[in-house]
Amino acid sequence: MSKVIKLKQGLDIKLVGEAEKTVLELPIGERYAVSPLAFEGVVPKLLVAEGDKVMAGDALFYDKAHPEVMFTSPVSGTVSAVRRGEKRKLLSIEVAADAKQTYKPFNVNLAKASREQVVAALLESGLWAMIIQRPYGIIANAKDMPKAIFVSGFDSAPLAPDMNIALKDDLKALQAGFDALKKLCSTVHLGLKSGQKSILEGIEGVEKHYFAGAHPAGNVGVQIHHINPVNKGEVVWTVGIQNVAIIGRLFLENKVNMTKTYAITGSQVAHPQYVKALVGSSVADVIMPARIKPQGGGSTFRIIEGNVLTGRKASANDSLGCYSSQVTVIPEGGELELIGWLAPRFHKFSVSRTYFSWLMPKKKYDLSTGLNGGERPFVVTGLYEKYLPMDIYPMYLFKAILAGDIEKMENLGIYEIVEEDVALCEFVDPSKQNLQALVRDGINLMIKEM
Amino acid sequence: MKQNYNKPLPKRLLDKFAPTFSEGGKLSWLHSFYEAMETFFYVPTDVTKKGSHVRDCNDMKRTMFMVIIALIPTILFGMWNIGFQRIDGADFNIWQNFWYGFWQMLPSILVTYVVGLSIECAFAQIRKEEVNEGFFVSGILIPLIIPIGTPLWMTGLATAFAVVIGKEIFGGTGMNIFNPALLARLFIFFSYTSSISGETVWFSDARTGATPLGELANVGTTNVSMLDAFIGTIPGSVGETSTLCILLGAIVLLATGTASWRTMISVFVGGLVMGGIFNLLAPAEPQTATELYMSLPAWQHLLLGGFAFGAVFMATDPVTSAQTNCGKLIVGFMIGALAILVRVFNTGYPEGMMLAIILMNALAPVVDHYVVQANINRRNRRAKKSINA
Repeated sequence: MSKVIKLKQGLDIKLVGEAEKTVLELPIGERYAVSPLAFEGVVPKLLVAEGDKVMAGDALFYDKAHPEVMFTSPVSGTVSAVRRGEKRKLLSIEVAADAKQTYKPFNVNLAKASREQVVAALLESGLWAMIIQRPYGIIANAKDMPKAIFVSGFDSAPLAPDMNIALKDDLKALQAGFDALKKLCSTVHLGLKSGQKSILEGIEGVEKHYFAGAHPAGNVGVQIHHINPVNKGEVVWTVGIQNVAIIGRLFLENKVNMTKTYAITGSQVAHPQYVKALVGSSVADVIMPARIKPQGGGSTFRIIEGNVLTGRKASANDSLGCYSSQVTVIPEGGELELIGWLAPRFHKFSVSRTYFSWLMPKKKYDLSTGLNGGERPFVVTGLYEKYLPMDIYPMYLFKAILAGDIEKMENLGIYEIVEEDVALCEFVDPSKQNLQALVRDGINLMIKEM
Repeated sequence: MKQNYNKPLPKRLLDKFAPTFSEGGKLSWLHSFYEAMETFFYVPTDVTKKGSHVRDCNDMKRTMFMVIIALIPTILFGMWNIGFQRIDGADFNIWQNFWYGFWQMLPSILVTYVVGLSIECAFAQIRKEEVNEGFFVSGILIPLIIPIGTPLWMTGLATAFAVVIGKEIFGGTGMNIFNPALLARLFIFFSYTSSISGETVWFSDARTGATPLGELANVGTTNVSMLDAFIGTIPGSVGETSTLCILLGAIVLLATGTASWRTMISVFVGGLVMGGIFNLLAPAEPQTATELYMSLPAWQHLLLGGFAFGAVFMATDPVTSAQTNCGKLIVGFMIGALAILVRVFNTGYPEGMMLAIILMNALAPVVDHYVVQANINRRNRRAKKSINA
């Protein structure tokens, strides 16, 4: 067993609404959708029209800048709608699912296949989009040869799914997936939680690393930083652990099977639990069995695809993208609070000792979406550092991004982070700045300028 | 007119006047003031739009207010001490002393807040930003660090200088280089030297006497006991005399994590080390003022003048101090050491703390630059190694 990497910085935000350890398999729903917006930096070019018949694994659109990268339908059926927004921006492609599913065949013998054959299969099947590169956190370039591939075997975010439950039936697919990744790059790192027996222990052919500490210990970016950090000019690839299983199924079952286990969590969910559903399922379908609590007296809720720190605000009609493995429902904030900044606020959470959360380390909170203050310039120092377990000066990096100083951003570590890595900094920030959006702006500027 | 009595009174009032202060209203030019009042009474009901959907409930108001709470012992004691130090023959009891000091102090607090907040509101209005909370702290710090005898117009002018030149021209709270409250004192010190230096200004009524530091410099001895200096029953700026009350404030600031322990502790360490060095160098029989200061035991330096107040409330200002953890240690140490250095060699003006902090405010970005550069060098070395491997 390799040595444990202990992370001192970080924070576990304890919330109510943890998923019960039961997994419900959902039947095929009526309608699935794929949204190009879920893929960072992709400019879609449509390949189908309303009324077209598609099989599961048939391409729906591709990326204009990288025409080899296909985005495919998770189900077979009829393209029922192509939704567009302002300036005809492609929002989503909806497919009405057949009762009996048919799959586009992908016959690649993984044991004998060359790297090129594996790459080609992933590109054509639409699973390439699941490989994300660092720097920048965008879909990997198939022409690159990465330094290594990193997979985090656990999710440390608030109310995140327990991978031992989510991956229970997927061990064979996972091994096949890791074998496929090994074809792409000889070094594959798997990050595991120290002190917790993981079903991923049995995976062979990968270098396992053990991490101890609070969130964001499970963030792959943090793990990369401590295993083999990304330097200027280098590229590494990352894949979500559930997506490794989906990639594995492509070679085991010779078809695209985008089944995932989603944790339906949050204080406003009546019966938080795990559900098995296809990528592209509508949010309404996956929440249905868990149900949202009845809302009284004008209060409302917010559905988040993902966790409360990094997720995307979603509506019931939206579809689930391929990167998330969680849906969270929490109360919408905005209640009147008389001189709240002076009140003890026992029901709210703060890392600051000016409140009392630190006296109740076990308490679980029901946090709403309230901002709890007004936006201010950077004032407090030394705070962000406590929640970013990397050798980076976050405030200096943020200021370099604000100034649009490419060289400084590069020097201060922009290649090593993506939005999710600074999510905790954003959570604790008393100046209420949108640091994740800021980091994305910085990354986009880097992509444009480099 | 029908009133909605379901809402609490402040909300009803705020709602009633909202149109007057909004764009197009009669008092729209006071919108920033209205907004400041509104957010004072009610936490903004804004919800998260981007990024993290939930947020910590700490905000800038709370952070700044903690500093005010930490200052309360010092303020109360300072007011009492004004009464205690006054000499017009009357024998006051504790409450009379306090009320006397309270009424002496109140005008200068009001003047700083009115002048400072008006300017802050005006700039916020022009920039279309919210009024920042920073001045809540600066506004109480200024009356605490200037002599009680300072004329009100001078206080007002110094406040205006500190806010406009010290803060707003740099872009407002968070962007300033120098501690605004100290700038106010610096302004008075350099512009009206004759009216605030000397031996009489520390009292509300004329009295021949001086601060212990001044006495040490001019007379050679001070008859103030170190216990008096610790408790604070000595002449001096309102906030600086009681090391005990300042330590109470320090406990609040450190326990709540509002101020950096790195800065605070290292200022004291710097002062002790510098004082200790001078103790070793001091001649056996000190003659000149400098030699007298050199022989003053290092720990006594920390109890006298504005050292403790500066270390706890001034040096720890997050905006103007160093921003890296390592930088905080260095800058704090330098402040402590420089303050003692100034005391010893500049006996004409023995209060070195103000100058030490202002100087290190200017140098803090340089210190940080080298700390951050070390991080950059580490990253570049790592990149080189990785390419060669």
